[in-house]
Amino acid sequence: MRLYQRLSTTLLSTLFLVAPLQAADYVIDTKGAHASINFRIQHLGYSWLIGRFNKFSGHFSYDEDNPAATKVTIEINTGSIDSNHAERDKHLRGKDFLEVKRYPKATFISSSFEELGNGKAVLKGDLALLGITKPITIDVQHTGHGRDPWGGYRRGFSGMTKIKLKDFGIIFELGAASQEVMLELIVEGIRQ
Amino acid sequence: MQIRNDQQRYGLIAVLLHWLVALMVVAMFTLGHWMTSLTYYDPWYHQGPFLHKGAGVLLFLTVLFRLAWRSLSPPPPPLASHSPFEKMAGHLTHWLLYLLLIMIMLSGYLISTADGRPLEVFGLFEISALIYGFEEQEDMAGDTHLVLTYSLLGLAGLHALAALKHHFFDKDRTLLRMLGR
Repeated sequence: MRLYQRLSTTLLSTLFLVAPLQAADYVIDTKGAHASINFRIQHLGYSWLIGRFNKFSGHFSYDEDNPAATKVTIEINTGSIDSNHAERDKHLRGKDFLEVKRYPKATFISSSFEELGNGKAVLKGDLALLGITKPITIDVQHTGHGRDPWGGYRRGFSGMTKIKLKDFGIIFELGAASQEVMLELIVEGIRQ
Repeated sequence: MQIRNDQQRYGLIAVLLHWLVALMVVAMFTLGHWMTSLTYYDPWYHQGPFLHKGAGVLLFLTVLFRLAWRSLSPPPPPLASHSPFEKMAGHLTHWLLYLLLIMIMLSGYLISTADGRPLEVFGLFEISALIYGFEEQEDMAGDTHLVLTYSLLGLAGLHALAALKHHFFDKDRTLLRMLGR
């Protein structure tokens, strides 16, 4: 047993030495709530309604030397939608909107990442929501990165995209000004 | 017709309360079903729930008054011709109907107050939120509200069928008594 352990440790360290440097993997800090997924949609064309998804998880990999290899995966608990109004949230979780009993999760899996300079980038990927998967494009802003005061290393991005409700089968009529919802992702990853 | 119940008959208050609650339950069910199907641009989109909540509170007070009246002026005992099973089933149904009514109204209150907002009663006064902030409270309270409402309607249907059975098959005074005779 001890021999086996020693052997596997040796083997692992050898692998580490031999393997090429991997892009750093980050876990999105939803535990410490340094990340949020927010949405906004026009109300009647006169104002904005702002809400959020309180529960989600995700991770990304990012390598400064090879940003094109960036990968992002996010899983959202659709039932955690919160627009600060219980009656509306109940409606949003129901059949007219997110149908969360049938579709409890929404996922985003990236397919490409292109840096534009100045901290800006374009992230493309597939959003699966309500059983429908569509490609979306997220405009990304690199917020910052570096050591945190507790011995870790963090990197943060924010992203903006908009989706058409009808593209994902939400046909409840909210009016001409409310056909699209803007999604904002604020993520802070802790390097593993 | 006398005001109070006696050993043979229901009095005016009990009869009126019975039919008022019956009517309100059917109206509230219809309103509740209809208002949740409205589109966002329907003029009743906000007015429907406004009415439903206000009337719900009035119905709650009515049911409380009815229970209070019931203890002040007990209903006449079942007809002697009823079988022990009928007496037992009748009692059980009546209390279950009261229980369902109360639980439906409480669960309705828990939907609207799930985020700590008070329940508004016709813009006249508000009832504060007492139990709120539980995760997905509005959904659980909503499911309860719906399931119990269907249960109430089913049980009330059974209650009505039993009354008709007494009237048309047994040809006794059960149904007539609830009309004050």
